[in-house]
Amino acid sequence: MTILINENTKVIVQGITGREGSRHTQYMLQYGTKILAGVTPGKGGQNVQGVPVFDTVEEALRKFPDINTSIVFVPAQFAADSVYEAIDAGIKLIVIITEHIPIHDALRFVNYAKRRGVTIIGPNCPGIVSPLKSKVGILPNHIYTKSGPVGIVSRSGTLTYEISYHLTQAGIGQSTVVGIGGDPIIGTDMIEVVRMFEEDPETKYIVVIGEIGGTMEERVAQYIGSGKVTKPVVAYIAGRTAPPGKRMGHAGAIVSMGMGSYESKVKAFQEVNVPVARTPTEVVKLIKKFMP
Amino acid sequence: MRLLEYKGKELLNRYGVKIPRGAIVTRVEDINILSTLKFPLFAKSQVPFAGRAKMGLVRRVDTLKDAENAARDYLGRVIQDYPIRKVLFEEGVNVAKELYVSITLDRENRGYLMLASTEGGVDIEEVARKSPEKIIRLYIDDYEGLRDYMIRGVAQKLGLEGSAARDFVTVAKAMYRVFTEYDAELVEINPLALTTDGQLVALDVKVMIDDNSLYRHPDISVEDSDYTMEELEARKYGLHYVELTGYVGIMANGAGLTMATMDLVKEFGHEPADFLDVGGGASKDSVREGLKILLTDDRIKAVLINIFGGITRCDEVAKGVVEALNEVKTNKPIFIRLKGTNEEEGRKILAEVGLKTYETAEEAMDALSKTIKTLQG
Repeated sequence: MTILINENTKVIVQGITGREGSRHTQYMLQYGTKILAGVTPGKGGQNVQGVPVFDTVEEALRKFPDINTSIVFVPAQFAADSVYEAIDAGIKLIVIITEHIPIHDALRFVNYAKRRGVTIIGPNCPGIVSPLKSKVGILPNHIYTKSGPVGIVSRSGTLTYEISYHLTQAGIGQSTVVGIGGDPIIGTDMIEVVRMFEEDPETKYIVVIGEIGGTMEERVAQYIGSGKVTKPVVAYIAGRTAPPGKRMGHAGAIVSMGMGSYESKVKAFQEVNVPVARTPTEVVKLIKKFMP
Repeated sequence: MRLLEYKGKELLNRYGVKIPRGAIVTRVEDINILSTLKFPLFAKSQVPFAGRAKMGLVRRVDTLKDAENAARDYLGRVIQDYPIRKVLFEEGVNVAKELYVSITLDRENRGYLMLASTEGGVDIEEVARKSPEKIIRLYIDDYEGLRDYMIRGVAQKLGLEGSAARDFVTVAKAMYRVFTEYDAELVEINPLALTTDGQLVALDVKVMIDDNSLYRHPDISVEDSDYTMEELEARKYGLHYVELTGYVGIMANGAGLTMATMDLVKEFGHEPADFLDVGGGASKDSVREGLKILLTDDRIKAVLINIFGGITRCDEVAKGVVEALNEVKTNKPIFIRLKGTNEEEGRKILAEVGLKTYETAEEAMDALSKTIKTLQG
């Protein structure tokens, strides 16, 4: 078992003819992802890496009614429109890779998706991989070579690769790895993914990768403290040495009013007996401690 | 980005918020445009940060001559890397009471939040910490929007009556319009003055606009924002650069990994000189420009590059590094950790110019740490 995606996931790529869209279509196909169609308005009839391109999502779904997941590479200015198109066509899982989507656009389509029972991952995220089964994202293929008991949820792309790499090197595989994105407004938050891992029989351990800014890590800690998570959890928080009040790239990584600081997040986890690693490699050691 | 006060006021005033009578002066020669205003005036330097009064950047002027002196004094000065290009001159207002009101994003509930308080004019974060009961909070659903009855409820809690309560509806609706139409992350009026004759006037405002939305707001100029010239230059290449106080130069891709790299430098007992995130999908141009910033920084003794490529390709990164080294002569030791998409090609390119790469960030940092020790003898 996995969460969100599995070997039966059937994918449509929105923005398939763009530079990143076509490149990552190739990588996903190489990984074994079942990509049935792509969409770029005005480019219908072409094909990319052997995948047929359509002008609209609706048209692609008529041809391939099995499609259940979309991955969006459409440039930021047009991304919101593509997300609405996928929701209205009836797709139930939408992974948005595109970065720099205006926050107000994201807020509106995320709420629209919720009302329609659609799950959104992202925006500005690396996507999802269930090792050896499927990948709907841009995570590097050669890092994800071993399935296993660890579920990872992360706000950061590159840090996710880093920690997955060290786990795999240590012989510890992953059930599913979910990059939820670093923007202030995202479709699926950490608590929702932790809840999915708790219910997933294959996942035995959970790794939470956070960073300073916002209160999501504190809320996950509260959720764990309420007794709803029985599986061991290990956390890593980036930004221990970030000076307060400085913007560190991610719109999300802003420290303000004492909330969202490194100390506040670490304290929240420690209070519910979740060990916090000081470096990405230490995550492996802490996970091993829980293993028989 | 944060807008200058006058620009924020202009947007709010367009939708019906009263502001003090005033004028913007950008050149001392234009000072006569103030002659239609009623002295004394307040000269307010347009810089995008708090504490202007304490820094001596706001003063009262009683005559046109005074005003001219103030303009001459302020214009062209550089405060915290920020050049003063504009001075706002405003008439005074007879204040009976100072209120606070803002609209911001509610990340947790994926909506908007209006905050209001009778304790305006002071540090609102201090009020929130010490007496949270003095902050009125109103959740706004993005789909349903802000309704009049909701605003009337807030006005009542603020103790506003009669025409002032009605004016508050106008003020709140104008704020909401600016917030949604201009893709704002924050619209704040502090203080919102209740004058002795019962009017509501915005004395100072702070508007922050989502950088990602600027393409659809052609009337918002970066000249009216808090970006310094260096930051604007860095933004052109998609770089996020923040100067810190140490001596180890850091370049990484992704905010999370860059922060983790800073943390690692500290873990080894050293001090990071910067935060430089070359971003997702970094090109050789952004890597080259980013590395040039570090190589030309005299404070930096050694550079740590930590790349884990997903959408970023290691061969692009390697090309950028080589180009930077061709353009800038340096004897700073560089330690490169290169992993992820196209790492083999990347390693090959670096090996050709004699640069070694490391498997993990710890190994690279360990090597850097030893080298610095040798340098220090």
